[in-house]
Amino acid sequence: MRFDRRKDLLGLRDVSREEIEVILGTAIPMKDIIRRDMKKVPALRGKGIITVFYENSTRTRTSFELAGKYLSADTSNLAVSSSSVQKGESLKDTLKTIEMMGPDVLVMRHSCTGAPHYAARNTKMRVINAGDGINEHPTQALLDMYSIRERKGTLEGLKVAIVGDILHSRVARSNIFGLSKFGCELRVIGPSTLIPPDIEKLGVKAYANLESGLKGVDVINVLRIQKERQHGALFPSIDEYRELYMVTPEHLALAADDAVVLHPGPMNRGIEISTELAESSRCVVNEQVSNGVAVRMAILYLMLGGGRDEIAG
Amino acid sequence: MKLLVKGGRVIDPANKVDRICDILIKDSKIASVGEDLPADGNEDVIDATGKIVCPGFIDLHAHFRDPGYEHKEDIITGSKAAAIGGFTTVCCMPNTDPVVHNGPVASYVKRKGEQVGLINLLPIGSITKNLEGEELSEMAELAAAGCVAFSDDGKPVMRSDVMRHALEYSDMLSLPVFSHCEDLNLSRDGQMHEGYYSTLYGLQGIPKEAEEIMVARDAELARLTGAHLHVCHVSTAGTLHIIEEARACGANITCEVTPHHLTLTDEAVGTYDTDTKVNPPLRSEDHVKTLVDAIGSGLIDCIATDHAPHNVESKDCEYAKASFGISGIETAVAVIMDKLVHAGHIDISQMVSLFTVGPSRVLGLELGTLAPESRADITIIDPDAIGQVDPKTFYSKGKNTPFKGMELRGWPWMTIVGGRIVAREGRLV
Repeated sequence: MRFDRRKDLLGLRDVSREEIEVILGTAIPMKDIIRRDMKKVPALRGKGIITVFYENSTRTRTSFELAGKYLSADTSNLAVSSSSVQKGESLKDTLKTIEMMGPDVLVMRHSCTGAPHYAARNTKMRVINAGDGINEHPTQALLDMYSIRERKGTLEGLKVAIVGDILHSRVARSNIFGLSKFGCELRVIGPSTLIPPDIEKLGVKAYANLESGLKGVDVINVLRIQKERQHGALFPSIDEYRELYMVTPEHLALAADDAVVLHPGPMNRGIEISTELAESSRCVVNEQVSNGVAVRMAILYLMLGGGRDEIAG
Repeated sequence: MKLLVKGGRVIDPANKVDRICDILIKDSKIASVGEDLPADGNEDVIDATGKIVCPGFIDLHAHFRDPGYEHKEDIITGSKAAAIGGFTTVCCMPNTDPVVHNGPVASYVKRKGEQVGLINLLPIGSITKNLEGEELSEMAELAAAGCVAFSDDGKPVMRSDVMRHALEYSDMLSLPVFSHCEDLNLSRDGQMHEGYYSTLYGLQGIPKEAEEIMVARDAELARLTGAHLHVCHVSTAGTLHIIEEARACGANITCEVTPHHLTLTDEAVGTYDTDTKVNPPLRSEDHVKTLVDAIGSGLIDCIATDHAPHNVESKDCEYAKASFGISGIETAVAVIMDKLVHAGHIDISQMVSLFTVGPSRVLGLELGTLAPESRADITIIDPDAIGQVDPKTFYSKGKNTPFKGMELRGWPWMTIVGGRIVAREGRLV
């Protein structure tokens, strides 16, 4: 298994299709563990995991913590807002301090692109990127891919549309890097101010019109509109965004017959996704949350080299 | 005191000299240039066989950070680094603390340069007070204190009316305005060139138009005022086009490019190494190619380093938090020798022009020449010396270079300032 030799998981840009398949395959038995009454296997007993979030995200952090706990690892969280970081400590020193406390894995969320890469270079701990700036959010994309495969049976050759603020979306970027390795036909849909330059060179087709972009797709991944990123004049108003880009059941009718809808959460209901669609059986947003724990268990398990037999019991 | 430089290939573009001959230096001035100059035994003789002997190199654009940011560089370490890098004259940008926006600060810089005495240090005064872009600095006082140009480098002058008046006023003093062209509204929080690689690497982009729009504005203001505009660190094909057109319409515009914009592309940002973070940003391959072609065709007046040393803390951090800038004064000559001359893009005499007569003309000073009676500033290059860039060996306090680890062919061999050898084979004398 090639994944064993990887020190860090920083993004899907540099992860091979084979590695992704190993992760998704390993997540299947992990999901069984979550469903059990007794949700604990000893696979990572004695291993330490620390989450350090320089941007708030309770759900991603909790998902990692539970994933670690279900595998019997010890998990801990460094509360950045109340730590010495606020007193001007450099990232380098924070990393060293954490490293000296002995954890095996550092799960990092940071507002600056490349911060986890910096961390990976500057510490012996394994680093998992839990979202960096506008760059990547690999575990989110992996759980999206897991959820798609669970519903559709395969990823191969699917038509996938991502709707929203593509420019500032690490979820979109990681999905594009991951799904393109499975021969998916990728589309991004959003106002032209929120489409990154030269996106077509990544093999992605860009649409400004929601209806035409959704025609015939197997998967619709609706992104959260992040109001905090809309400094300046990127689009006129939430009202106008809703008019042009809110995905509703009528839009779903334009997609392929059994198309599924994803959303990384938390949803702005009635802005990027209508409540009817969010609550329909075609929307897998709740399954995504469970799958997120399973996928993160798989990654931790593979990285920390637990024995394969230990998850069978 | 006499010095005889024997047997080197003398390239002196100002006087159309390119032949193997000797140079005799007497009392800090060039006494004569010719074949087989006789030695009378009272001079030190330098065997320059196999070397390239040129007028002293001039860097129009460096940051010595002194006063105020001496933890990044000071005039002592900056002068040493320049001498090692083969430069005999360096113009220092005024974005210090305090800003070089009045006579006393300019005098401090000039006098400290003279006290260190390794190279000729020429201060550049700021265009506006505190680089705020609002009120003009006391330009006449700055000129009287020895400033050779005006610039708010590091920041653009965003207000067009202020820039217009700066050009009019500096024209009255017969000094050029060195413009850092950047529309801050367009560059915003950008970290790298906007394009395919910013999309691939997930970093906020800086569109090339942030530079070009300001170059176009300044070019129009240069036409309006008739003043001499010098465009700093040209990095895009569009900028060259605008300059070419404005010149054709009679505008008095000169420009410079840096070694890094001529040799590195935005692809290099992929590892998030903060040493690749520079303003203007490293551009895409098509721009780099256009700049290299333009240098061959004579559209660009000179190569300037934009030497921007930083302390390690300003670079050893997250990419978005890192300071912009490359410490380049010790590698400029080797980078150009290796990547442009040895690679066949320009010939060596073109390179010498770009470091000597080119920048000298921008300043309108009697520098960059080996004519008899001119000051004996000489740069000697060993075209075949091979060395690896190792920031640890830099005399500059700034170790921030994206060229680290690269093996380069063609290094400065000796630097002579005012008839005195100040650096030899990578060491100070």
